Amino acid sequence: MAANAAHNLSNAASVITLRGVNKWFGQFHVLSDINLEVKEGERIVVCGPSGSGKSTLIRCINRLEEHQQGDIIVDGVTLSNDVKNIEAIRREVGMVFQSFNLFPHLTILDNLTLAPIWVKKMPKKDAEEVAMGLLTRVRIPEQALKYPGQLSGGQQQRVAIARALCMRPKIMLFDEPTSALDPEMVKEVLDVMIELAREGMTMLCVTHEMGFARAVADRVIFMDRGEIVEQNEPEEFFANPRNERTKLFLGQILHR
Amino acid sequence: MTDMPVGERRQLAPPVDDSGVLGWIRRNLFSSWANGLTTIVLVLAMGWVLSWFLEWAVFTANFTASTGAECRGQGACWALIREKYRYIFFGSFPYEQHWRPLFAVIAMLAMLILSADRRMWNWRLIVIWGVGSFVTFLLMFGQLHLPLSLVLFIAMVVGASGMSLRKGIGSPTEILAYRVAAAVGLVGLVLRIVGVLPGWSLAIAPLPYVETGLWGGIPVTIILATYGLAFAFPYGILLALGRRSNLPLIKGLCVGFIELIRGVPLISLLIMASVMLPLFLPSGVTFDKFLRAQVAVILFAGAYIAEIIRGGLQSLPKGQFEAADAMGLNYVQKTGLIILPQALRVVIPPLINTFIGFFKDTSLVLIIGIFDFLNTANQALVDPNWAGFPGEVYLFAAFVYFIFCYSMSRYSKYLEYELNKGTRR
Repeated sequence: MAANAAHNLSNAASVITLRGVNKWFGQFHVLSDINLEVKEGERIVVCGPSGSGKSTLIRCINRLEEHQQGDIIVDGVTLSNDVKNIEAIRREVGMVFQSFNLFPHLTILDNLTLAPIWVKKMPKKDAEEVAMGLLTRVRIPEQALKYPGQLSGGQQQRVAIARALCMRPKIMLFDEPTSALDPEMVKEVLDVMIELAREGMTMLCVTHEMGFARAVADRVIFMDRGEIVEQNEPEEFFANPRNERTKLFLGQILHR
Repeated sequence: MTDMPVGERRQLAPPVDDSGVLGWIRRNLFSSWANGLTTIVLVLAMGWVLSWFLEWAVFTANFTASTGAECRGQGACWALIREKYRYIFFGSFPYEQHWRPLFAVIAMLAMLILSADRRMWNWRLIVIWGVGSFVTFLLMFGQLHLPLSLVLFIAMVVGASGMSLRKGIGSPTEILAYRVAAAVGLVGLVLRIVGVLPGWSLAIAPLPYVETGLWGGIPVTIILATYGLAFAFPYGILLALGRRSNLPLIKGLCVGFIELIRGVPLISLLIMASVMLPLFLPSGVTFDKFLRAQVAVILFAGAYIAEIIRGGLQSLPKGQFEAADAMGLNYVQKTGLIILPQALRVVIPPLINTFIGFFKDTSLVLIIGIFDFLNTANQALVDPNWAGFPGEVYLFAAFVYFIFCYSMSRYSKYLEYELNKGTRR
């Protein structure tokens, strides 16, 4: 909160712009007329009931889902069907999934170095150096030569974060990173994310961890039925929700 | 339960295991009277069958007779195998040249055994198969004629694949070597096609030429199976990937091919390859019958392998594809580094099962007059001097097939264990 106050974004350039984005799954209107501007260094938490389109929203940003109308501009590149564009954006955008999605047939170290070596054409030795540095940052360098199946859920998710960071992304997307974890492991992952946020990474997190939102978010976005219903600074958002749907949702997840 | 503070409770040792031979026998063979009775009946039955077999195959068998007549009225006539084994193994290959198929078989077995080792699964594999195949076919044919265009084509393919696969990874000298190879291959090939370069061919001819029509026995079976599967495997992978493609034309072609081939018996495909294909070719153009059978086996096996691999591809969670996409890997990298290594691991048991099946199915080529191992064994029975001992010959053939198939089965077990080492807890 104190950290937030010191965080001045008014002069920052925007790195993600969504203009009038619409998407349908069959007949189901999953994203309806989304407008969103994310500035460099901004930390955004997206919350909302299940099925509200929040995961779909961030998955559109690195084109894991295709939007049907509107423009998505990431780091100056407009998303289109051009494979080169998509690959360029994916190099700049790291993603962390709910189910970790580590590659089970590769060691932790190989999981981390794969993209730098093959996508960035980094020499293997340099890639390993970067990877070990990141594993130290997420506090599991001793697991480098193990396989994902040998690690706990919390450790796997920290590896997944390190793997995304290995590409030195400008933007990090988190899709419910703590939802698949046992309760006692949530904190270790959140700590890593908080650290990352404090270092100035641009982050979009879909999460229900309201403690995390309070601690680091510059803005909380509430989505329901494919729309952005309300967005505000976390203090205001939690203290004075304006929309009825937001109030209902907050009441449910905060057990008030 | 007494009130013991949590965490101070005694750690219990697991119950004592009453192992030992007697313990095992009591537990597993005589745990109840019904179980005991079953054990006794089965042991007696097995003993009876085994003693009958040994009586026939060993104690009253004839190992030394010089004609079939001497064997009659006794046990197994192994003298027949002794007399005919060279024909059964090598068929009509010129008798005094039998060392050639022998060493060809040794070369192929060495090649297969070396490639079974996981540590060889890199550039070494290409060297092993290159050298192994060269030695095998040089020995079998006696002479090889490598046309200039083939050499240029290989240089171009090696150079181009090296350039794309080792881009940014190999040393500058290595990359330069690939570029030179690709350029020389491409330019040479163009010049050859235009007609500037003459149709030279590199002749390696240290031995008398033996045409494929004279090949027979075990080398034929091993060649058909080895190269059949070696080509069908990558081909099957491509078909499986094509079947999952988003491009309707590619997908349609792959589905059509797989369904067409799977819907037809291998025998009919072999007959088509040997009888009908020549009718469609312009006169003067001929393909070796052996080559045609080989291609039929490859196409047939490819369709089956494709379906097995598709099963493996479908077993992977969607998250693996998404994670690879999100990292910015392109399609080839995603498929080669993430998807296939996992998909193939899953399908090792059904894949080896198919390999074993196809190893035995190569014997169907006898339909179109190719002398594989089973066919030469069959032909050995025709000799009137040795008429009347089919059991011995077929048992011998079965024994040889069993050695190969059982080795593959054991290898499948080993491979599953090896590849899953890391993913087990």
